[in-house]
Amino acid sequence: MTALDNQTEVRDGVDRETVETVQSMAGTYKYGWNTDIEMDYAPKGVNTDIVRLISGKNEEPEWMTDWRLSAYARWEKMTEPTWAMVHYPPIDYQDQYYYARPKSMDVKPKSLDDVDPKLLATYEKLGIPLKEQMVLAGVEGAEDVPAEGRKVAVDAVFDSVSVGTTFQAELKKAGVIFCSISEAIREHPELVKKYLGTVVPPSDNFFATLNSAVFSDGSFVYVPPGVRCPMELSTYFRINAENTGQFERTLIIADKGSYVSYLEGCTAPKRDTTQLHAAVVEIIIEEDAEVKYSTVQNWYPGDENGKGGIFNFVTKRADCRGDRAKVMWTQVETGSAVTWKYPSCILRGDDSQGEFYSIAIANNYQQADTGTKMVHLGKNTKSRIVSKGISAGKAQNTYRGLVSMHPKAKNSRNYTQCDSLLIGGDCGAHTVPYIEVRNNSSRVEHEATTSKVDDDQLFYCRQRGMDEEEAVALVVNGFCREVLQALPMEFAMEAQALVAISLEGSVG
Amino acid sequence: MLEIKNLHVKLEEEDKQILKGVNLTVGAGQVHAIMGPNGSGKSTLSYVLSGRGGYEVTEGAATLNGTDLLDLEPEERAAAGLFLAFQYPVEIPGVGNMTFLRTAVNAQRKARGEDELSATDFLKVIRAKAKDLQIDAEMLKRPVNVGFSGGEKKRNEILQMAMLEPKMCILDETDSGLDVDAMKLVADGVNALRDAGRSFLVITHYQRLLDHIKPDVVHIMADGKIIKTGGPELALEVENNGYADLLEERV
Repeated sequence: MTALDNQTEVRDGVDRETVETVQSMAGTYKYGWNTDIEMDYAPKGVNTDIVRLISGKNEEPEWMTDWRLSAYARWEKMTEPTWAMVHYPPIDYQDQYYYARPKSMDVKPKSLDDVDPKLLATYEKLGIPLKEQMVLAGVEGAEDVPAEGRKVAVDAVFDSVSVGTTFQAELKKAGVIFCSISEAIREHPELVKKYLGTVVPPSDNFFATLNSAVFSDGSFVYVPPGVRCPMELSTYFRINAENTGQFERTLIIADKGSYVSYLEGCTAPKRDTTQLHAAVVEIIIEEDAEVKYSTVQNWYPGDENGKGGIFNFVTKRADCRGDRAKVMWTQVETGSAVTWKYPSCILRGDDSQGEFYSIAIANNYQQADTGTKMVHLGKNTKSRIVSKGISAGKAQNTYRGLVSMHPKAKNSRNYTQCDSLLIGGDCGAHTVPYIEVRNNSSRVEHEATTSKVDDDQLFYCRQRGMDEEEAVALVVNGFCREVLQALPMEFAMEAQALVAISLEGSVG
Repeated sequence: MLEIKNLHVKLEEEDKQILKGVNLTVGAGQVHAIMGPNGSGKSTLSYVLSGRGGYEVTEGAATLNGTDLLDLEPEERAAAGLFLAFQYPVEIPGVGNMTFLRTAVNAQRKARGEDELSATDFLKVIRAKAKDLQIDAEMLKRPVNVGFSGGEKKRNEILQMAMLEPKMCILDETDSGLDVDAMKLVADGVNALRDAGRSFLVITHYQRLLDHIKPDVVHIMADGKIIKTGGPELALEVENNGYADLLEERV
């Protein structure tokens, strides 16, 4: 009983934290500042020259340049998909910058004093500890300074380039490679060649193909056989420059019997113009390995009139290649004007498992079309989907999910739970499940509910002393509980706070 | 403590007058009971005092220790010391009972400019108070009122009252749906909270609750007004003769 009580205590603490954070932030988009840093831009637009330029800036070998160019040739013939339940003005792909990088990256700074103070201020606002700031800013010898506090290795991607990765030495000791993808292409070409594009091929879809041609940076993780990664790995993505698309590429490989937990956080400044984000994440999980991938996506959602915001078109896919491989996606999607995202699991190995936990919040004029694909190929494979969609204001929130049981996926199981919560009368929630079962020993379950935050619940909370926003946050956090519990502790706290902030002004 | 003067209330959405001039004064440390037939306006009075939406005060006033209640938001009334034990406690899925209460306690403390209660202190206090009401640790962890029996819900209301330590407690038909044992438990919980600085307004249909919670004053309410006020013997009169006689008397 004591152990259980302790748990309750912890969770209590989290909730209190939420409320404090929410009140201290007074409900505005916290990451909406813009850092005035001198940037190096490639000319606007995309063509083979730009693709070559990006490849050149990253000092890539020829095979990589060719890979990009073939993707670009393919992309030129493709058309943008329209099947998602999202509406946005046509995107002019030639009116975007495809490459931007802080000028201070050109010469390696000797100490923190030499670093563009604005860049440091940016990291500070993002809550990155000082020692990690030094490493991220590329200060020589920063790696040798002992670190304090929590151990989360961070890779930060600022507009187009990865600006540094922390804790590299310590990870190296364990045999884990965690670096920017551009570094991996240079330093570990055999791994990149073997795995890049094998989960999300360059031909996969319009946005993934564009990404394959112009991705500028991203993170790379390799965990060798039998290694349990000694710390959580984390990437911060930030779009700072105006009119800049961010196309990052993440590649994670968990070799046989290994384990890694990976966190991804995203922010962007407030801009009147929309910004494009088209990322690709590929995860390869070999026999008996396990990967947890958690995202808190907090891109700028646009203002309360629907002006500005990030268009977020992301392809994320995990391939459970070996038997008994396991993957767990957890996402908290609170930002972006338009979200188009379906983190998927290919359950190829026998007895492999895929899980997807999602909270998608859409307020004001936000549109979210998100869900997952569980493709069961191997025997005795299991998948579980828990999706919580919250709509407020004039937002539209769609869950779109595919569960597919192939003929050889005997005795496989899926459980899907899909809940929608509506706040106010002008928003919408939609559920679009696709289910294909092509053998007769598998089982698929789907449950869906739609409910409203009701006035009686809010009055009950307020009679007990909470103000209206606290009350909404409490009710919504209760609704999301199963998903919040799937997040790593630190992320769970951030996510709870975000849930409350995103819904600011949704009642009353 | 609580002073209600000539309170007139109608429904916001339709032109229906529900309270038609209620006058009531509850002194510090007193227990007042309001009895009356269905539809007499008893529950409306409790909702209007606590600030639930959907009602419009057309005339009159209500003050708590001199503070105008009708001007305040529901949470401000709560922080000022007003507590309503709901007739139908509301379910909040996914929110642990303990989390809910701690958020509430600290919200009130904060509103009053007091320090928040630490997790350990809170746990100590709630465990002791839960024990008195025979609420086990399991029930404290379950989501607020979800899957609770009728008796558990009402005991939970009293636990909230004990934790929030209000000055003015309104109990809206807290006895409804309770068997004799559960009612005794609830009444014991209420009696334990009685003191010179805390007043109660007990709304009930039946006299039996008043056997356990002895009132100082009993009011009979009908058609939006208090039609008779007396001592505990008035409740017994209703028990024996029903409301019919009293209503006729009035005509």
